[in-house]
Amino acid sequence: MTEAAASPVSPAVHSRGAEAWRILRRNPVTLAAITIIVVVSVAAALASLIAPFDPNATDPAVALSPPSPHNWLGTDLYGRDQLSRLMYAARLDLLIPFAATLSALAIGALVGALAGYAGRWVDQIIMRAVESVLAFPALVLAMGLTAALGNSIGNIVLTLAITQIPIYIRLIRGEMLRVREMEYAEAARAVGNPAWRIVLVHLLPNCIPPLIVQATLAMGFALLTMAALSFLGLGIRPPDSEWGEMTAEGVGYMVTDEWWLFVFPGLMIMISVLAFNLVGDGLRDFLDPRMRGVRS
Amino acid sequence: MSLIDIRGLTVQFTTDAGPVEAVHGVDFSLEPGEILGLVGESGSGKTVTAFSILRLIRPPGRIVTGSIVFEGQDLVILPESAVRAIRGAKIALVPQSPRTALNPVITIGRQIARLFELHAGMAPSAAWCRGIEALEAVGIPDASRRMRQYAHQLSGGTCQRVMIAMALASAPRLLIADEPTTGLDVSIAARILDLLRDLGQRTDAAIILITHDLGVVAETCHRVAVMHAGQLVETGALDVMLRKPAHPYTQALIRSIPRIDRDIALEPIPGSVPSLLRASPGCRYAGRCPHPMAICTNVKPTLSAIGSDHSVACHAVEAQRANVA
Repeated sequence: MTEAAASPVSPAVHSRGAEAWRILRRNPVTLAAITIIVVVSVAAALASLIAPFDPNATDPAVALSPPSPHNWLGTDLYGRDQLSRLMYAARLDLLIPFAATLSALAIGALVGALAGYAGRWVDQIIMRAVESVLAFPALVLAMGLTAALGNSIGNIVLTLAITQIPIYIRLIRGEMLRVREMEYAEAARAVGNPAWRIVLVHLLPNCIPPLIVQATLAMGFALLTMAALSFLGLGIRPPDSEWGEMTAEGVGYMVTDEWWLFVFPGLMIMISVLAFNLVGDGLRDFLDPRMRGVRS
Repeated sequence: MSLIDIRGLTVQFTTDAGPVEAVHGVDFSLEPGEILGLVGESGSGKTVTAFSILRLIRPPGRIVTGSIVFEGQDLVILPESAVRAIRGAKIALVPQSPRTALNPVITIGRQIARLFELHAGMAPSAAWCRGIEALEAVGIPDASRRMRQYAHQLSGGTCQRVMIAMALASAPRLLIADEPTTGLDVSIAARILDLLRDLGQRTDAAIILITHDLGVVAETCHRVAVMHAGQLVETGALDVMLRKPAHPYTQALIRSIPRIDRDIALEPIPGSVPSLLRASPGCRYAGRCPHPMAICTNVKPTLSAIGSDHSVACHAVEAQRANVA
């Protein structure tokens, strides 16, 4: 049997999914990060089914017990099971940044597309507004906004979205400046499409890859910002629980050796943020072959 | 009445270094079924002229003066919504590079079916079927499979056929083909030109064929208009233009065609298209002309008839004719 006949004939066209899997297998870090996000998401979604305890059930008998076969991650002052609490907290920790990122993405993409396509004074006004928002450090801006608006869940979503919107506007505006000069933009104009359709149907889809990458990275950043707000008492407050707020509760026990109370929530924040960032990096490599192997 | 009549078209671009008149006082007209070759070097204003007809000139460029009367309407002053109804419907454009003119993230089928929805008001499913027919009409085999593919999956020739199919989708009265054969190999280029020629005969549509290849012009066009540095220097019927070119620039262009049947040295045209920034008030070819006269640098020559369907803008030709008369 000849060598050529022995080698398997690879199909000329790989499906996008198959190619993604091939690349993922060569990037164990990205694969691990995706696994973390999936595991945390599933735990959050199914918390009511798989959590070992009611997160709010108190039990003075086991108060402040360290990790044990009974309470895997220990209990707090009221005897609440920390693992169960972390699982329920994950709902807020994922949903709030997700809602914020999604709304920021939608608004930022539209406004950025408008600025980039319309140009001239529209662009000037939008970009000056963007710069004035970006002039504040994101966390300081978020603190100011929640302090001013009050820290309901809706306001926290709004706050996180506001800190993100300018980033998307700038990103999409830049992409739009590039693609609006492309010949297919000219061709779309030449067949009599109205401007809104050229922007939304013909140009915006060509701007999506960097947007997805940015959104994934922003998920991690929004989670971190929310945790920081909660840690400072400006975000989620008891009885709602969230990892940043749990870390803040636990910090008080640092001096008395109940380490599990701040280490586990802090660890959840860390690995989740890290996972989102790594997935963002992986996506960038996948969507932009020029960046393959480059680490910023 | 001509299908389209362009008079005194002037297009200006504002640049950091000052205004540039990319097209200056261009006149020409086209009858139905006629194929006009618009010829000139890169930067001579061919594409800008074409884009002006579709009113696709965007800031910093604008049409300063002139009229473009198409089927009795002046496109220069028509409101944008009315122009949009003409674009792609009555006047269609085959863009310069077919591969980049197709949107990379939308299937061929969506792009072509969209035209039938836009201009014929068809339902999506009917438009899709018409799309398949349109691709078959330009000789694309396996059209229904092509419809579901993306531009990067097609060859250059197929992309160009798709662009032509899209341009023909609404049976336009005027087709503007901007260098439709650039970057295609010779046999495919010949087939694309055949396609255009057939179309002109079959539908009586007029075609403006923009090219810098006089070979293409000789094969395809009925009339030729030669542009240099934004000005129309000579226009006339094909055989007159090829046999008795009057303008020194046209003569030079024809001498620079490689000939297989005659053993003569190729003559490149000296110099390049002059900068249009602070363009001279006179003839813009004066700097490259073999026999410039004093008047050439100061006074712009006007296009005047020197024969039936043959006009030229050149002081030397005018002087010669005055002497003979």
